[in-house]
Amino acid sequence: MYSTTEQIGVNELGDMVINVGPQHPATHGVLHLVITLNGETIRKVEPHLGYIHRSIEKMCESLSYRQFIYSTSRMDYLSSHINNHTCAMAVEKGLQVEIPPRAEVIRVLMDELTRVASHILWWGALAMDVGAFTPFFHAFREREMINDIMEETCGARLTMNYMVPGGVMFDLHPNFQRRVKALLQQFRDKLDEYDELVTFNTIFINRTRGIGYISAEDAVSYGMSGPSARASGVSCDIRKIHPYGIYDKLQFNEVLMTEGDTYARYMVRMKEIRESLSIIEQLIDNIPEGDFQAKTKAVLKLPKGEYYARAETARGEFGVYIVSEGGMTPYRIKFRSPGFSNLSALDHMTRGSKIGDLVATMGSLDLVIPDIDR
Amino acid sequence: MMNREELQAYLGTLGTMTFEEGGEWINLSVEAASFRDLMGTLRRDEQVWFDYLFCLTCVDWKTHLTMVYHLSSTRYRHTIVVKCKLDREDAKIPTVSDIWRTAEFHEREVYELFGVDFTGHPDLRLLILPEGWEGRNPLRKDFEDEVNMIKL
Repeated sequence: MYSTTEQIGVNELGDMVINVGPQHPATHGVLHLVITLNGETIRKVEPHLGYIHRSIEKMCESLSYRQFIYSTSRMDYLSSHINNHTCAMAVEKGLQVEIPPRAEVIRVLMDELTRVASHILWWGALAMDVGAFTPFFHAFREREMINDIMEETCGARLTMNYMVPGGVMFDLHPNFQRRVKALLQQFRDKLDEYDELVTFNTIFINRTRGIGYISAEDAVSYGMSGPSARASGVSCDIRKIHPYGIYDKLQFNEVLMTEGDTYARYMVRMKEIRESLSIIEQLIDNIPEGDFQAKTKAVLKLPKGEYYARAETARGEFGVYIVSEGGMTPYRIKFRSPGFSNLSALDHMTRGSKIGDLVATMGSLDLVIPDIDR
Repeated sequence: MMNREELQAYLGTLGTMTFEEGGEWINLSVEAASFRDLMGTLRRDEQVWFDYLFCLTCVDWKTHLTMVYHLSSTRYRHTIVVKCKLDREDAKIPTVSDIWRTAEFHEREVYELFGVDFTGHPDLRLLILPEGWEGRNPLRKDFEDEVNMIKL
């Protein structure tokens, strides 16, 4: 991995081989891309992964069913609630435990707040990737409010570790409803401002429309999921097609576009923010009273067998595959991370386009590197 | 759209396989020799149309390895799990990366972490592990790292 300097140069075909990353502001983490260029045209993009690989799957084999969930907050750190939720669901499938209605509602509220926080951070970061610095600060203003809400209830701002098998760890903070309502009010005004700043900005549209196209068929073949696949017209929202929690009782739309380009991926996420806010609005005044956690044993043991849970994170389909031998620790755990599959399509999407468009396309995939490397 | 029993009965007509009882989805095991033909059929058959490979992994059972493929259909929304037993010492299985493009990355991951050789894979190189890493496969059960692993 350290031999990157040797890879720089001109190959026998006269193509130039350059490295982007592993430390490059546009890769949002330690992702290393080796790009083969003919003039300004991209011939090949080859991701080199593993700079932040911690072998979480191996570590989980020696952690108990309560402990392993915490390591998943460190994977996709912008969707940590949803990652924790998925793991809790997989364990609950084995335990056959009934979740109290209050816990189910809290979980969905937290998931959707996470999704909004993730999408607006992505919005600011993508704008920065294509050269607009201001939106980043606007995005952080609203994200800060969500982080404050998380901090109050969960005690953490990023790796919350709030979902546990059987429910959630603590009850909601008394300020929760008031703060969320203030957030909804602020978003009502600010989302239009977001649109004015970026969505209808001619420079932004020129930089993103028609760039990084992928067809629906290719998106499915590459295993893409989440907003990136829905921008190509692939209906893949796990909340709709395999509903979990209370999603089947909620009113929301699966946002689909058919253009399959960077601008479509942008639009899908912007519309999803509004859908998520509408879900929060439906629930915030209807949080049932009762327990926030079902009673579970101190030491959890899953019956021998295999358990798979899937959920929709801000980036796409997250899956947890647990193989249990009946012991206190999982025999094998596999995390199906959405970013890993989405990244594999990057080469296909950028081949033949100009190097200047690479950053916009990569930004529109919303890659989180710890989620890819695991 | 077929229900679980109908789907299982139909899958039985597509080749030689054994079904596992229970589980959330239909679990079927197939021999490595007939594996590739079956996977091709599962992808192309109009009645099942498994076009979405959403999880590809391997489990080390100490006596053998098991490849696990989670397949889903974007047309019919059904899901199955295909398993294939491999010899631990000589782990070899045909690639499916030409059937589902996503398998190219997933197979490279399984190749380095479990030491499974995917015959016919276009570009079987290390993906996550550092360059020059040889032989030892971290996710196998007998892997030991004296420096970084803490034994409890």
